[in-house]
Amino acid sequence: MTDLNELSLAEARDGLKAKTFSAREIAQAHIAALEKARVLNAYLLETPDRALTMADASDAKIAKGDAGPLEGLPLGIKDLFCTEGVVTTAGSRILETFEPHYESAVSANLWRDGAVMLGKLNLDEFAMGSSNETSAYGDVISPWRRQENGVLSDAKIVPGGSSGGSAAAVAAHLCLGATATDTGGSIRQPAAFTGTVGIKPTYGRVSRWGTVAFASSLDQAGPIARTVRDCAILLGSMAGPDARDTTCVDLPVPDFEDAVSRGVKGLTIGIPKEYRVEGMPAEIQKLWDDGAAWLKDAGATIREISLPHTKLALPAYYIVAPAEASSNLARYDGVRYGLRVPGKDIAAMYENTRAAGFGREVKRRIMIGTYVLSAGYYDAYYVRAQKIRTLIKRDFEEAYAAGVDAILTPATPSAAFGIGEKASADPVEMYLNDVFTVTVNMAGLPGIAVPAGLDGQGLPLGLQLIGRPFDEETLFATAEVIERAAGRTVLPKAWW
Amino acid sequence: MTAPVNPKKLIKGAEHDWEVVIGMEIHAQVTSRSKLFSGASTEFGAEPNDHVSLVDAAMPGMLPVINEECVAQAVRTGLGLKARINHRSVFDRKNYFYPDLPQGYQISQYKDPIVGEGEVVVDLLDGESITVGIERLHLEQDAGKSLHDQNPTQSFVDLNRSGVALMEIVSQPDLRSSEEARAYMTKLRTILRYLGTCDGDMEKGSLRADVNVSVRRPGQPLGTRCEIKNVNSIRFIGQAIESEARRQIAIIEDGGTISQETRLYDPAKGETRSMRSKEEAHDYRYFPDPDLLPLEFDQAYVDALAEGLPELPDAKKARFVADFGLSAYDANVLVAERASADYYEAVARGRDGKAAANWVINELFGRLNKEGIGIDATPVSADQLGRIIDLIGEGVISGKIAKDLFEIVWTEGGDPRAVVEARGMKQVTDTGAIEAAVDDIIAKNHDKVQQAKEKPTLLGWFVGQTMKATGGKANPAAVNALLKSKLGIE
Amino acid sequence: MSVDEKTVRRIAHLARIAVAEDEVAPLQGELNAILAFVEQLGAVDVTGVEAMTSVTPMAMKKRKDVVTDGGRAVDVVANAPETEDHYFLVPKVVE
Ligand SMILES: [Mg+2]
Ligand SMILES: [Zn+2]
Repeated sequence: MTDLNELSLAEARDGLKAKTFSAREIAQAHIAALEKARVLNAYLLETPDRALTMADASDAKIAKGDAGPLEGLPLGIKDLFCTEGVVTTAGSRILETFEPHYESAVSANLWRDGAVMLGKLNLDEFAMGSSNETSAYGDVISPWRRQENGVLSDAKIVPGGSSGGSAAAVAAHLCLGATATDTGGSIRQPAAFTGTVGIKPTYGRVSRWGTVAFASSLDQAGPIARTVRDCAILLGSMAGPDARDTTCVDLPVPDFEDAVSRGVKGLTIGIPKEYRVEGMPAEIQKLWDDGAAWLKDAGATIREISLPHTKLALPAYYIVAPAEASSNLARYDGVRYGLRVPGKDIAAMYENTRAAGFGREVKRRIMIGTYVLSAGYYDAYYVRAQKIRTLIKRDFEEAYAAGVDAILTPATPSAAFGIGEKASADPVEMYLNDVFTVTVNMAGLPGIAVPAGLDGQGLPLGLQLIGRPFDEETLFATAEVIERAAGRTVLPKAWW
Repeated sequence: MTAPVNPKKLIKGAEHDWEVVIGMEIHAQVTSRSKLFSGASTEFGAEPNDHVSLVDAAMPGMLPVINEECVAQAVRTGLGLKARINHRSVFDRKNYFYPDLPQGYQISQYKDPIVGEGEVVVDLLDGESITVGIERLHLEQDAGKSLHDQNPTQSFVDLNRSGVALMEIVSQPDLRSSEEARAYMTKLRTILRYLGTCDGDMEKGSLRADVNVSVRRPGQPLGTRCEIKNVNSIRFIGQAIESEARRQIAIIEDGGTISQETRLYDPAKGETRSMRSKEEAHDYRYFPDPDLLPLEFDQAYVDALAEGLPELPDAKKARFVADFGLSAYDANVLVAERASADYYEAVARGRDGKAAANWVINELFGRLNKEGIGIDATPVSADQLGRIIDLIGEGVISGKIAKDLFEIVWTEGGDPRAVVEARGMKQVTDTGAIEAAVDDIIAKNHDKVQQAKEKPTLLGWFVGQTMKATGGKANPAAVNALLKSKLGIE
Repeated sequence: MSVDEKTVRRIAHLARIAVAEDEVAPLQGELNAILAFVEQLGAVDVTGVEAMTSVTPMAMKKRKDVVTDGGRAVDVVANAPETEDHYFLVPKVVE
């Protein structure tokens, strides 16, 4: 039998149900795995005692025939979700000792359904980053390595970001699935970089209550897991109405797992020509063509579409997201929680605290956000960006109105890069990673990244599917067709 | 601004007459059980940070959810100010750092407030009235409280008030004197209390005013204004305006210029001073709060709230004048508080309205003032006062006895009719008894009887003597008639 | 549009982030790189386009006016750097 931590979440669930193994055993397998994988720095905090206590409770429930949908399944929690009594840092120095007295809606939903917490996962500071190199607690190392002439390179590869700890932990079998968040691509890009599946649901599908905010109008939580089915199962538990979040919709949560095997027969899949960006590597183009071909073979109609405002999404995002962040992060002031660095007066205390507590990228974004909202610039930047957002959303609405059911694009413009490779003085170089994913956040749509192959150096590549609002079901169905056609990605063997 | 200049309202400087121009931004705490965006209590006087939710403390990941009652209260207030109700409004973030502002921003309404232009009619002491334009009313969060005198090096922060709903009511610069400003504030307070949308308790900070003051020579364009922040009594509003206007006049007449700034009124010194902490130019970086959707409702919602509104002071005053024959002045006094007006109406119902007004204003209010208690705590109920007035009308007691009776009912309570009965306070209408008293007085005062024939005004003296002799219980009409005939006065 | 050093300092102060002298120039460069990148938005014709206020069209959910929270001062100040009698303590503020 394979190690228990190498099962898919669905297989583990079925095994627990059949009492093939116990929740304690599967928890122990994971605890052992993550102890050995500390070099990856995926977990900021391991909570083995809590995991075993929860696992024992699950075993008791299973014995009573009282199991929840996720009973006994060990998960990792991105350290952006507040967990009661467990330090939550958001990857930042400023929250180094912050211990919430409340549980985020998402994690509470998972515990309600029986899941087991293994620990808190590393991330880019306040979810600002695309490589997990901005965490105050060190880079996350991808379990993947480049192959050069058939030989594995020692060079460390980024797992993507900001949910880099989530993606790396899932890819390295350090949990069955993980929570993640996506503001501009932070679920889909790391999923694509690590050969895992990640879905950003429609804005409003999942409650934001208790999740540390980055950019309120863009943030959505979702799962990263090793299969499309596993993602569907997890999202089913994470999602749902919440009276505490005004932007969370009062829609019933469909049976996402049911949708996974629906197939794509009769669906129309749009291929947006604007995503064929200049300088796109040939292997990305080929992957995209393969994806379209697989869907066509499975009975879908492929249609070229136009989303004319695509190229404006990333610049508009780099106005809207920092603007919201500059305001959302004002609460970290050294008064009520978190770091305080004294100063000669209150203003100096604020300035010293925030200078020491925030990392470089976070400060940069706070400052850009402050600038674009400041007097005299607000209309030229923020209002204009929000108008462009309207145009971006309209592009999608028109495509869907014309009968497109889902849109297929590459997930990222390249495979994962090496740690430190994009540490240039120009932050925009890093931002370009999100060029394919960010449109989806700007329009509030659901998007899924699914592994579709490897690049020339043996690193995983993903495709992205974009759906209609609140139609995650079609995304699961379509992604599953790609997953099946591409063949399950073989995740790296432990070298750590 | 275009109203003709009233010379009486000008302030005399050393060289010229000056017109003072005043606009007010009033922060009125919304009457609600819980806060604007959280479920914590709004009750005053709790232990530090006890009425605080994790939302109010701006814990990471906490989100605002609007209190529907606060929205309704703002709409009611807008209706009471005869203002335009905006069916779509937007909550914005006003960003700045301050220790009692946990989020680092105040949720307020900037570009699109819930209520637009309206007006308030304000009656002044001399019987004149002015109309003050309302520019807007918006909903926003209150801040917490910093205590600065607990410790020499630190301030103490309590967030109990943080997130309590406020209505900011912004007037046009339509006020031209401290008296007008005080009258406006008083009238606004009356309206809010009628509506039940703000308790108007200035001592607890439920109503505070930011007063914008500038001066100019009559007919000249507006001068540079200074904003006096957070004035928390109607008296201080008047004092602050007077001292600030004089300060500005002195500067200008000295050849100086006014710099626009935020000032504080110091009641102990009777003057305003510049606020150091507000010196630096602010850049609030307003933008729509992405945690909240636009606030939208339809006309049916507004209509339903309008239907539930009480009669407001202006309408009530007009009705009192028309139905009870009251003077505008008396009507004004009676409608200043809804409880007073209700009391008056209960007394006046089925009785003489003017007599009822006299009794309520002179006797009851006089006595309440003397004791320093409000109408809600009056020991004499409207029903009791009404019965006292009935006894006068029926001729059972005289007006003078009625005052004694009022005093007895005030201190001891009881049914006025029974008190009159038990204490033998009934008016004497038996002419025999009165006649005996009159004869006795005539017999003892021959000189005065003689004089009275030339000087009929002496009748009053005889009436007084007779009343005295009968312990005030003699029917004054009977006394008058008897005396006239016996003294031979026509 | 681009920012000069003075503006960098002004923004940093508005954002209450202390910036050391030697950080100003690099920050200026980074901010200007981002501003140059977003510059392309200026060329788009947005006349008549409404600015997005909420990405999901829906009515705002509201709460009933009931007290459901509070009475947890201990939780509220639990993570505070400095407290006394359930107050937060900060360096003295001068008004
Ligand atoms: Mg104001
Ligand atoms: Zn205000």
